[in-house]
Amino acid sequence: MTEPTLQVTHPLREMATMFFRNYTAVFGLILLIAILIFTFIGPLVYQIDPFEMVWAPFTQPGQDEYLFGTDYLGRDILAAMMAGGQVSMAIGLAAAIISVVIGVTVGAFAGYYGGWVEEVLMRFTEFFQVLPTLLFSMVIVALFGASLVTVTFAIGIVSWTAVARVTRSEFLRIRELEYVTAARSGSAKDAYLIFRVILPNALPPIIVQANLMVGSAILFEAALSFLGLSDPNVMSWGQVIGSNRPYILDAGFAVAIPGFAIFLTVLAISLIGDGLNDALNPKLRQR
Amino acid sequence: MSAPLLSVDDLVVDFSTRAGNARVLDHVSLEVTSGEVLGIVGESGCGKSMTALSIMGLVPNPPGKVTSGSIRLEGRELVGLSEAELCEVRGRDIGMIFQEPMSSLNPVFTVGEQIAESVRLHENASPKAAMARAVEMLRAVEIPEPELRAKAYPHQLSGGMRQRVMIAIALACRPRVLIADEPTTALDATVQAQIFDLLQDLQTETGTAIILITHDMGAIAELADRVAVMYAGRVVEKGTVETVLSNPQHPYTKGLITCVPHLEPEPPMLREPLPEIPGVVPALTDLGKGCAFAPRCLERIAQCDDSKPPLKATTGPHLTACWVAGQ
Amino acid sequence: MEPRNSALVVEDLKVHFGGGRGLFATKPTVHAVDGVSFTVPAGQTFGIVGESGSGKTTTALAIMRLVDVTAGRVTLGDTVISDLDKEDLRAARRQFQIVFQDPYSSLDPRKRAAEIVREPLDLMQIGTRAERDARVTELFGQVGLRPEQRALFPHQFSGGQRQRLGLARALSTKPDLIVCDEPVSALDVAIQAQILNLMARLQQELGLTYLFISHDLGVVQHICDEIAVMYLGQIVEQADRVTLFTNPQHPYTKALLAAVPMVHSNKRNRRDRIRLKGDPPSPVDLPNGCRFASRCPLAESRCHEQTPELREISPGHRAACLLL
Repeated sequence: MTEPTLQVTHPLREMATMFFRNYTAVFGLILLIAILIFTFIGPLVYQIDPFEMVWAPFTQPGQDEYLFGTDYLGRDILAAMMAGGQVSMAIGLAAAIISVVIGVTVGAFAGYYGGWVEEVLMRFTEFFQVLPTLLFSMVIVALFGASLVTVTFAIGIVSWTAVARVTRSEFLRIRELEYVTAARSGSAKDAYLIFRVILPNALPPIIVQANLMVGSAILFEAALSFLGLSDPNVMSWGQVIGSNRPYILDAGFAVAIPGFAIFLTVLAISLIGDGLNDALNPKLRQR
Repeated sequence: MSAPLLSVDDLVVDFSTRAGNARVLDHVSLEVTSGEVLGIVGESGCGKSMTALSIMGLVPNPPGKVTSGSIRLEGRELVGLSEAELCEVRGRDIGMIFQEPMSSLNPVFTVGEQIAESVRLHENASPKAAMARAVEMLRAVEIPEPELRAKAYPHQLSGGMRQRVMIAIALACRPRVLIADEPTTALDATVQAQIFDLLQDLQTETGTAIILITHDMGAIAELADRVAVMYAGRVVEKGTVETVLSNPQHPYTKGLITCVPHLEPEPPMLREPLPEIPGVVPALTDLGKGCAFAPRCLERIAQCDDSKPPLKATTGPHLTACWVAGQ
Repeated sequence: MEPRNSALVVEDLKVHFGGGRGLFATKPTVHAVDGVSFTVPAGQTFGIVGESGSGKTTTALAIMRLVDVTAGRVTLGDTVISDLDKEDLRAARRQFQIVFQDPYSSLDPRKRAAEIVREPLDLMQIGTRAERDARVTELFGQVGLRPEQRALFPHQFSGGQRQRLGLARALSTKPDLIVCDEPVSALDVAIQAQILNLMARLQQELGLTYLFISHDLGVVQHICDEIAVMYLGQIVEQADRVTLFTNPQHPYTKALLAAVPMVHSNKRNRRDRIRLKGDPPSPVDLPNGCRFASRCPLAESRCHEQTPELREISPGHRAACLLL
């Protein structure tokens, strides 16, 4: 008689195995880790204030021991890349968390309760969806001032709708499954059903969405900085691009380097997102 | 017995999986003659559907491949044919119907168009002639108002109607062999009876050989002339329906017949527990050298663990693969 | 063991869906269950058979209060289940539990086996933590699972073992009634016998009352004491198991019995039996008169006008047909 082997593999562990079998995703993960080391460990080794003028403006990269050159104020771009990376990542992460919290809450209640609750919440979502996102976030930043917190909130508030829609559709699907009915017949309350039964099973696409949201939030922040709508006292990649923008023809490297950093980061995050999508999809897992 | 229309000889199909090589078909031999219904019965994972896919040349490759053996249709070897040649065989010579008629039909075309498409793929018919043929086929499968139904989309039909449409598509080119893989499992009992009647009528008219794949011994008794019982990729018992059902030799066949609570016209007053087949179907990747059924078998002897029993005659054309049977 | 004499009493149960006003048109009303009454004595198994759309599953869910009851009364022992408010219902749920058809979708893939079985105990706060753990171990033994399997996830079990888990979960609160909605129809034939025998054994040991929903007449005949045949939301015939199968009265019951393939039948004779044409009409726009009249081989003109009542035709044998 063959019994299933008593080796307990947690579903999470299975997902990890799947993820690491995917070479492009692993490449993305390595790339992201490299970028994180650069931005967070780098400053400990390379201790130069990114706001301080250290050399002649527009020193070419590699010249006079400045790897990435200097900007229009003679500030070290390598130091700016490290400091700016920290801020860009932090904004990306924080904005993604905000949009996930809002999106999951709205989507979960809409999908679970249905009826008029769903109607109201989804019309509310659509209202945010039809607003031109960049314009709307510019309005928020213009109204509340260009600080790190308002920028993060502005990004979070304009990008939660996708999460809400994904969450709602997952809830609509899962709430009809028999294990949810089984929990109901075990006299589960609504909160238990939403957070302990349905949400854990709805997480995979939400995680993928949230991951991609980090990338798009970094891009968003860059766009706002580029337009001069971010905190001038805080270095970020977008800020480096924005401040050097007038001199793009004379010193293209000062814009290209942070641009490339953003490109690499978003690429790494997208590759990870693809890998997560495959790893979390049980149909693909069986192959 | 006349010369078989379709014969499968010593067919071996392997699947390479992460857990190792799985022999999904292990020296399977079957034959079916014109106008005959061959039933293949077994639990899920026994290889009955894989047998059908092999005959259709539809073994997914990779991971699967036909390792050895032959499949002959009127003497013509099908193993090793090119995809283009197989395509011609499928539909024209061998038709197939599946368990779930909804997912086998394309939801964006009318059923008439889908039958006509199948006609035009294999015969040089004008669109008009093909559509006329489609309506004629719908009438043949006893769909009321066939002209009207030809213009319907699959979702506008009931489950039973959809399965009739599938049969119409499969039979549109008058194939010599029709493979029906669990054709009524998704249908209600009264609709199942209608489909069985239809299959039998169509067979009497056209002489098509039918291979009926099912897990239901009752369906075998109703429809089949001969039956092959499969377990873990092997044929364990083969013979006429009358002999196999009334005098099963293999312990697995006996178990399959007795463990199902069959409808009795006069139920006994006292209820006995059902005889069980203990355990579950083994994984095909870790079959030992002995009989695959031995771990679940109530009649096993020492020999069963040592070597696989060959399929040999017990009485006349009744074959059994068991060391204990017929001794 | 405490004495169990509570019985399930269902009176004129109705479940209608839809019927609300949409934006542009009134949504059609689906009469899923339309006036069903029956009584199940304690410790017995009551079977409901029917085809898809007959309302048998909706009846089960309505008794479980998992769909809204439109009208009627459901009483289990001294508790009127259909009248309970939300809080009382939560407390009363320990008396009645359900086993589902699909052993794959009925277990939460992210919970371990022990968590799944213990979930109702946790939710209803029955016993201390240690008592719940002990109860889970006991239940695993009762349904034939090994204690070391408690830490596994559902996908690591076979279909039959998953259904054993479903049974263990239903048994966890020591209920009086277990509603079984097609508990073996998704299982392989050889596994069905294992589960049916287990259910019969548990019933004897624990004095359970079963409401058994199935489309498989063979299974129903084997396990049920009393059987009701449903068609389009109503019971058309009801009798004890021996009477129903030896002396079916309603034309639909006869046709249903004739449609089942039998292992020991002569296939040459099967054409003489009743065959139904077409599919059941949809429960949305119900015909006047007898609901079965459009498919009934014996229907007369009055069948399309008058509605037959379910009435007793011999002691303990009820049927709804004008021709009887």
